[in-house]
Formats: sequence, structure tokens, C-alpha cells
Amino acid sequence: MAEAGFEPRIVAFLCRWCAGAGADLAGTSRLQYPPNAIPIRVNCSGRVEPSWVVDALRSGADGVLIGGCHPGDCHYMVGNYKARRRVYLLRKVLEELGVEPERVRLEWVSATEGARFARVMTEFVEELRRLGPLQGNGQG
Amino acid sequence: MFVCHCGKNIAGTVDVARVSEALARHPGVVYATHHEYMCSEPGQELLRRAIREHRLTGAVVAACSPSMHETTFRRAAASAGLNPYLVEIANIREQCSWVHEGPAATDKAIRVARTMVEKVKGNHPLTPVEVGHAEKCLVVGGGIAGIQAALDVADAGFEVLLVEKSPTIGGRMAQLSETFPTLDCSQCILTPKMVEAAHHPRIRLLTYSEVEEVSGFIGNYHVRIRKKPTYVNPDRCNLCGECAKVCPIRVPSEFDCGLSERAAIYIPFPQAVPSSYTLDEGSCLGLVPLRCGECAKVCEPRAIDFDMHEELLEEDVGAIILATGYELYPKEAMAEYGHGTVPDVIDGLQFERILSASGPTRGEVRRPSDGRVPKEVVFIQCSGSRDPELHKPYCSKICCMYTAKHALLFRHAVPDGKAYVFYIDIRAGGKGYEEFVNRAMEEEGILYLRGKVAKVFRDGDKVMVWGVDTLTGKRVEVAADLVVLAQAVVPTTGAPELARKLRAAVDAHGFLQEAHPKLRPLEALTGGIFLAGAAHAPKDIPEAVAQGSGAAAKAVAILSAPVLTHSPEVAEVDEALCSGCRICAPQCPYTAITVDEVAHVNEILCEGCGTCVAACPSGAMTMRNLSDVQVQSMIRAALSEVPEPAEVKGG
Ligand code: FES
Repeated sequence: MAEAGFEPRIVAFLCRWCAGAGADLAGTSRLQYPPNAIPIRVNCSGRVEPSWVVDALRSGADGVLIGGCHPGDCHYMVGNYKARRRVYLLRKVLEELGVEPERVRLEWVSATEGARFARVMTEFVEELRRLGPLQGNGQG
Repeated sequence: MFVCHCGKNIAGTVDVARVSEALARHPGVVYATHHEYMCSEPGQELLRRAIREHRLTGAVVAACSPSMHETTFRRAAASAGLNPYLVEIANIREQCSWVHEGPAATDKAIRVARTMVEKVKGNHPLTPVEVGHAEKCLVVGGGIAGIQAALDVADAGFEVLLVEKSPTIGGRMAQLSETFPTLDCSQCILTPKMVEAAHHPRIRLLTYSEVEEVSGFIGNYHVRIRKKPTYVNPDRCNLCGECAKVCPIRVPSEFDCGLSERAAIYIPFPQAVPSSYTLDEGSCLGLVPLRCGECAKVCEPRAIDFDMHEELLEEDVGAIILATGYELYPKEAMAEYGHGTVPDVIDGLQFERILSASGPTRGEVRRPSDGRVPKEVVFIQCSGSRDPELHKPYCSKICCMYTAKHALLFRHAVPDGKAYVFYIDIRAGGKGYEEFVNRAMEEEGILYLRGKVAKVFRDGDKVMVWGVDTLTGKRVEVAADLVVLAQAVVPTTGAPELARKLRAAVDAHGFLQEAHPKLRPLEALTGGIFLAGAAHAPKDIPEAVAQGSGAAAKAVAILSAPVLTHSPEVAEVDEALCSGCRICAPQCPYTAITVDEVAHVNEILCEGCGTCVAACPSGAMTMRNLSDVQVQSMIRAALSEVPEPAEVKGG
């Protein structure tokens, strides 16, 4: 399915305290990564609604990243655990619908892990390049 | 729409004119421009003027991370009559221009800016929620940083709880002999502070205590502290010491770093605060007097009480200062230097005890194995530090200075002794520090050898040190009587776990993480929590004291505020839509939701995580200024194609 020169579109929901701060640190440290993802800042990964993810995939995204704090580190204590359960279920549903579950990624990135953020982004883009555009999204 | 160049930081990568032009055509945008430095006074004036002239109902500044200038622009907008919550920042620097290149960076900047315009279109004007706060401060750690912080907060007129896990305050500084570079007696300059803390009317000392649980938020933390029983009533204990004499138990003394022994009932050092013996439950034969009870029999003032129980204290505090200190890298980790297996290989703190007049040898330099006065002593710097392959990658900062001090003090104590110092390089940045190291280097009988030690091993009653002098390229072999390792500084065991309870981040080595490495060095990312001393990074005494005072000033700013404000960007219920299903309430980590017919959110307790919003099946629970509708249009703004430029510039 992969096409030459295909650039996936990604929406990244990043919690403000960890993943978002980690993304800022990647910037401060000038760590380059592919520009495919558009970040949307939320207070906590627990705020991310499964319907947003579906909405993004229907509106042309080839993948959705949800970035939160490491287990035990959520600024609101347990939001990331809720996110983990929701993403788990959502991926199952997507699979039933014929959408590769790998298109939805949940990653823990702390405020001090700028390098990890850049790596996660790079890997996700590579994976989506392999998967190719999401069916029905046209050119994506 | 205001696009910032940030000098070359943004404009060097992103075509800011193109961003502004593309956004000018975005639905709802009536004004778009770009400026060299939006955060400068002319930049802010540009924003204020546009708000007034165009009667803007919202503004987006595409610039650096909102963690930098959100407050700046919101304040500027407010002064021009626009509600601050109608201003948003599009992060096109940290998350765009600094990490991407070429036209793709400009494309992304446009998309990021569009998402924020969509968000602002759905924002409502809000006013901050006012909250009261506790007027007490919790200081965790009774070393010099914690003592200084406690004294400063208390002097400013606020109550302080000073929690220390060992039986006395004083921390590492109490164990030191003399301090560099003035060679002041460490205990002599510390004990007045300890006494002051003990007698301060607004400081409550909780020694032998640990913080067990923390909940709440800035201004309103609720803490639970566990105070272990000492089995000795400090008001009655007169320090006669009879109890320790009759105690049949001997265990290594923590205070003397294992170089001497103590009884199960003991006082760490004579000037301990509180001034009382402590019965260590762990090593005592048994608290049932039938099994031993010798100490209680000889205690004339009847201070020993086997029935003492642990206490659980619940307190409300407005601010928390973490000063949990450091310890040395464990001996077992440095097997290549024989540390932990060869008795005459010791660490820097042990040597402090040996040099100290209150120490196991009463200040005479004698080695642990046979009590002889060592004539040849090797000091090894960077033992476990600056070694990314095997040990800690960082510089422990204090070792160059204390090793110079050790070598000097050794030479003063043993005039015919010889001292060797192995070093990688000397770091003596600090007032009077360079001069001090020079004094040590020029002193006869102290030989500074640049190079690494390959091996340390026992040979009869000598400790052999094999190394290389990298300046001459020659192998060096010393048959030493004593080897002192400047072990790496690491955070106190258990401190990272405590930080986690407070949701204060730690770095990869377990040191507390500051909110900003340059501009907010005293604060944790979590509001109302401050850092002091070596818990944050290796530090010497003056730095720890300065940071203690700094953290205290930060804490006082909270404690003395008439009210604190709380973000109004929290959850809210549309009562018409709510079915009262109760799914939301158990999702809330703050018990901010109550449900009768419908759900209600306590906006003071709500921290705005949004977990309940995501769970609500009827869409009744919403997040102020980040509703589902807003996010949906943000998603679309992120994904829809960027139209071609209106006109081709520059032919
Ligand atoms: S705040 Fe980061 S996941 Fe909850």
C-alpha cells in the first residue's frame, strides 16, 4: 500500500505537563523530527475523547498520537490510566472496522524526555509511511 | 493574528509573512500581521492597538511555547479591554521552527496557527476563580538547606512544619569537620542555626518523621506525616547517657558512617536537636521490658517509655519545600577501587568523620583497619562521577574542593605524611575556591597527579594504587596506608519516591527537576512546591543556603497572598443535558463532582484534567474553553489543505 513520497498526516494530542513539555524540550534542544504531526494541547491525556480520534481519522489524518505522562506521573494522578483503557478499547473497535490499530498510538513522554519525544515522532511517521494512507482518506 | 519572528528563531525557518498572509484569509480572522519580537513593548503595543482599533473578540499570537509568554500577551490584551481568556498562543517555535526545516515548517506553522484561531473562536471570557489557602509551610529535610528555608519562612511570620526522617536535624553538614575554603568548623557554624530552629516559636520540629501522603494543590496541600516513636521523652531526657552504657547491643553508627558503633539507644551527636536519646526499634532486643529493659532501669529521669506509639499527623499547608539532600554513591558500586572490601579504602564522608573532633578518633587521623596513623594517603577524585560508561555521567561538583581540604587537613594533622590526589581536572568555581586549591597544590607533601586510577587492591597492610599520570605519561604506583574516594553525590534514598507522591518531576538521576533550568530554578513544575539544596543537584553549603532562602521567599509569596487565583478553565455541567447517570463522579481524582438530580462541579476543587468530560456519555460535562466542538474544529483546521499563496512574491 505504501506509496513513494507519501507523507502521513498526524494529529497529536499532548498533555500539557509531560508530553507537551517534552515536546518543548525537544525544541529547546533543537532535536529535529519530521513535521507531519500537528499538536493539540490538552491538560491531560485523560481529556482525550475516543470520538476525537475517530474524528481526526475521518477528517484526513493517517494517524493519531496521544502523549501523556508515564504511569504514576500524571499531573492529575490517574488521567493517563483512563486514557490507556480508552485507547485500548478504541483500538479494538478500529480493528473491527478495518482500520489498522497501529494508527493510534499512546506514548508516555516525561517533561525531561525531549529526545524521546523526537524519537517517538520519527518512529510513528516511519510506521505510518509503511502503512500508507488511511483507506478512504484520499491523498491524506 | 499576530506572528512573531522571534528574531531568527522563528523567521529563520518559517516564512512568517506567508503564515500571516495565509491566516489573514482564514474565516473569522479580520487582522493578521507579523512582528520582529511580539514580546517586546512595541510588539505588545501592536496587539493592544489592534484590539482597540479592530474591536477584536479574540487574538492568537503565534510565537514561542505558551509556557513562556502566555501571561505576557494575556495581560497586554486585558489592558486593552479584551478578556485574557480570549487570547491563545500558537506554539510555532519549540514545536515547529526549532525542530523542522524548509517549506514543511511553514506549512505546519500555518496549520498550528489555524487550530488556535479555531479554539479562540469558541472561547468564552472567563474570570479566575478565587481560592483561600493555608498559611503554613511544610519543609521536608532538616539539613542546612531545609533549616535555612524553615527559619526564613518562620521569620516572615508563618508557621512551619520541619520534617526530618532521622532523629536529629543538621543533615550532612553536622558530619563535616571543617568547611572549605575558610576552614571554619562545620558544627560550630551549624549548631546555632539548629538551636534557632529548635526554639523558634513558629517552627514545629518533626524529627524521626516521614511524609506519607500528599494531596491537594498550590495553597491547599493536605499532608499526612508519620512520626515514629523514639521511646524516649525528650522533655525528660537529660543526656546522662547511662542507658547507652548498659545497652547490650552494638550496631554501626550512621552518623560516623560505620566507623564507630552505637547502642540501640543513642544520640547521634552531642548537639543533636531535639536534645534527646532515641531508642532504635530495629536494633533493640525487644520493647518488651521482660526481654531486656536494662536502659529503662538505669534511667533516672524516667524518660524511657516503651509504650510510646507512632503518631499520624494530618496537616494543611499552603506551600512545600523539598530539601531532602544527598548521600554518597554506594560503596558496592565501586568494586574496582576496593571500596567496601578493603577496610582502608573509605569515602569522603568517612574521612570527614575521621578529621572531626567529635568523630570516632577524636580528630586524630587514624585508619580504620588497625588504628595506625597513615603516612601515605591517596585521594581519588571523580570516583563514580563523570563516568558515563560505568557510573554517573555528571560532575558531583563539591569533590574537587573537599578533596583539597582533606589533603590540607591531613597534612596539618600528620606533618610528615604524604598526600597524593588523582584528578581528571580541577573545578574550583566559587568565591575563594581557586585560591584554596592553589594553596593545597603548593603545599609541600601534596602531590596532584592528573590521571585515572586503574586499580586499587590490598597488599599486606598496604593499599596499592595503580594509576597513570597523563601529564608525564608515566605509570604511578603508590603503596598507600589509606585511600579516600571522592564518591559521586546521589539523591537520598527514597527522595525520588517522595517527589513522585508530590507529582514533582525528577531527572534521570533522581534529582528534583526545576520548572525552568534558567528562570525558575527554585520551583517544581507543580505549583506551590519548591526545591532547595542537594536534592536538586550536587551543591556546596553556600549554594544550599542561598537556595533555601530563595525557596522560602517563593513560599512566603504564596502564604502571604490575600487570595490565590485558580484557572477558570475547568469542567462545567450543562444541567439541561445531564441525565444524572453518575459516570463522571468516580472519574474525578479530586472528588470535585457531586451528583443529585444532575452533576455539579466544585470549580475550586476541579483542576481541569477533563477526564470526566471525556467519560460523559451525554455531552453534558464540558471543559471551559476546550469543548468538543472546539476540538473538532481544531482537528479540521489541522488537517485541511493549506491554500496556495494569494500572490507570488518577488516574481
Ligand atoms: S497530565 Fe499528563 S497524562 Fe495526565
